[in-house]
Amino acid sequence: MKRPVAIGMILLGVSILLLFFLNLLLGSVSIPAGQVWKVLSGGDVDNAIWQNIILKSRFPQALTALVAGAGLSVAGLQMQTVFRNPLAGPSVLGVSSGASLGVAFVVLLSGRLGGVALSRLGYMGEFAMTMAAIIGALAIMLLIVWVAQKVRGNVTLLIIGVMIGYVATAIIGVLKFFSAEEDVRAYVVWGLGSFARVSGGQVMTFVIIMAILLPLSFLLVKTLNLLLLGDGYARNLGLNVRRARMWVIVSAGVLVAIVTAYCGPISFLGLAVPHLCRGIFRTSDHRVLMPASLLAGASLALLCNLIARMPGFEGALPVNSVTALIGAPVVAVVLFKRRKEDTGE
Amino acid sequence: MKREETIRIQHLSIGYRAKHSVKTVAEGISDSICSGELTCLLGENGAGKSTLLRTLSGFLPPLAGQISILGRPLEAYREKELATVIGVVLTEKNNLQNMTVEELVGMGRSPYTGFWGRLSAEDKAKVQAALGLVGIVSLQDRLVQTLSDGERQKVMIAKALAQETPIIFLDEPTAFLDYPSKVEILHLLHRLSREMHKTIFLSTHDLELALQIADQLWLMARGRGVTVGTPEDLALDGTLDTFFQRKGVAFEKQTGLYRIEPSYQSEVRLEGDPVACEMVRKALRRNGIRADYDLASPTVVHAVFTPEGKPEFTIGSHIAHSIAELLETL
Repeated sequence: MKRPVAIGMILLGVSILLLFFLNLLLGSVSIPAGQVWKVLSGGDVDNAIWQNIILKSRFPQALTALVAGAGLSVAGLQMQTVFRNPLAGPSVLGVSSGASLGVAFVVLLSGRLGGVALSRLGYMGEFAMTMAAIIGALAIMLLIVWVAQKVRGNVTLLIIGVMIGYVATAIIGVLKFFSAEEDVRAYVVWGLGSFARVSGGQVMTFVIIMAILLPLSFLLVKTLNLLLLGDGYARNLGLNVRRARMWVIVSAGVLVAIVTAYCGPISFLGLAVPHLCRGIFRTSDHRVLMPASLLAGASLALLCNLIARMPGFEGALPVNSVTALIGAPVVAVVLFKRRKEDTGE
Repeated sequence: MKREETIRIQHLSIGYRAKHSVKTVAEGISDSICSGELTCLLGENGAGKSTLLRTLSGFLPPLAGQISILGRPLEAYREKELATVIGVVLTEKNNLQNMTVEELVGMGRSPYTGFWGRLSAEDKAKVQAALGLVGIVSLQDRLVQTLSDGERQKVMIAKALAQETPIIFLDEPTAFLDYPSKVEILHLLHRLSREMHKTIFLSTHDLELALQIADQLWLMARGRGVTVGTPEDLALDGTLDTFFQRKGVAFEKQTGLYRIEPSYQSEVRLEGDPVACEMVRKALRRNGIRADYDLASPTVVHAVFTPEGKPEFTIGSHIAHSIAELLETL
């Protein structure tokens, strides 16, 4: 690894540690830094409530943000490469719409048909929503993979993905119309996205699943590098383009499905972070971009979570708004800067 | 001259297979392509040049017939094996951002690298050698998006060389280039075919250049199949004469090149110094006047050089001292 790359990676790693600690430190209840450290290192704390806040609320939330940010960013990078489209992101293929559709079915229909409002079921309801999101997202993803084997052009596939997303959104709209107000609210809250929703036991499940999936997605670096060259060249260099495209979509789709199931649809991170990394590292090599996106995604998600929880907002700010407010300028600045440099050369 | 047959094609039909129909682009192609030679594929748009190249590269299955590469049927090669036998330079333009020339040429090593695609010291040396052969070592740290079309074409050729395939196919490598770059690229490919003993097969629209530089020509015409031969043989047997027959274009056997041939309105007989006469002929041709030595025309132009080395043109009683003056007189 070249030295500037190593330095960049270390800086990203340090920023994650720093932001993670800040996520534990800052919040509506102020806890001294020394006490936070004590809780982490397993020492005795003066205030049991503080210990509870940190271990039961802030720590799981920060961990969720870290892992979700990493997953979405890696998925976004894979999507942008396989579609050769800078605007591609985790949401373009309708995978997150699929998750929404699954949740909408469970939340909105269970109230209607079963006579039980899922929003009142507590833990079981939460679990059902997660499962519904995963099933919905994976179903859409399989549909896309099937289509990917049929059509040749990337743009065609992209458009079909976007269309599937629209259809899913339309069905959700119909479902909403026929549902009880209470259930609609539960769905809307889910749709805002949050790193705080995942509760204690589920956090570990989420983290473990992602800890298995993320390294698996790294197995595709050579494939992704070849796909950059275009289908013809990739094929001539020995790549089975159709199979490669399918695997990349599966990898990105599963990552998005899991994250969306646990956190709701989180917009923009997956789109913005790969651009940010290309801007920082000035490379298109996925051996650099994949780990960079993972680290930068984790870091940026922690930052967004921190801002969403800033004193004054008191958790009122949905994470989705923060990611968009931070993500959009980042993409704009990076692209603008690149344009200037390219024409300056 | 050392030439070995590397690609043998028998009764090949090429085209596209749709669900219910088959669109045949060309059929009955039987010939071979040899190593150590530059073979140029010529033909009008739509004649099937790209389809033939795509079929030979294994991108497109043949409709009928056999292709054998280095004595083995094309379909018997696995993807990974084929990547070490055939290298391609395509017309598809990849919008690569933030990739250096060295990295791009390094991609040519992918069939040989391991799981992560990391280049070994040996791979790096081969990339440098490929850059050296094409003469673009100085470009190696440039980003691909900052290169000119000609430079980018050379980078893709270097990629194909780094791939170390005995066969290289190029689809219109000279399109979009300025004239000197076209010449440079074709010279480069000719040199590589000789020095590296590669089989180089390329399609092009640059007729004049191909006639001068190609060892073998493949002429492809819609519905007429493929005619193969050296440019000189094809010139002598009249194939080239009829091949690109169009109003206003004529094949000139003396030079073996095509030239623009307008429809003549009148004739002039030439006399005198051959160099001066040639210039008069060229100028008059452009103006729709046919000029030659053996014409029975009453108008005679006598072109000579004066002892001071100045040209002088005599028509009847008029004397002109430049072509411009001569044209005015006529």
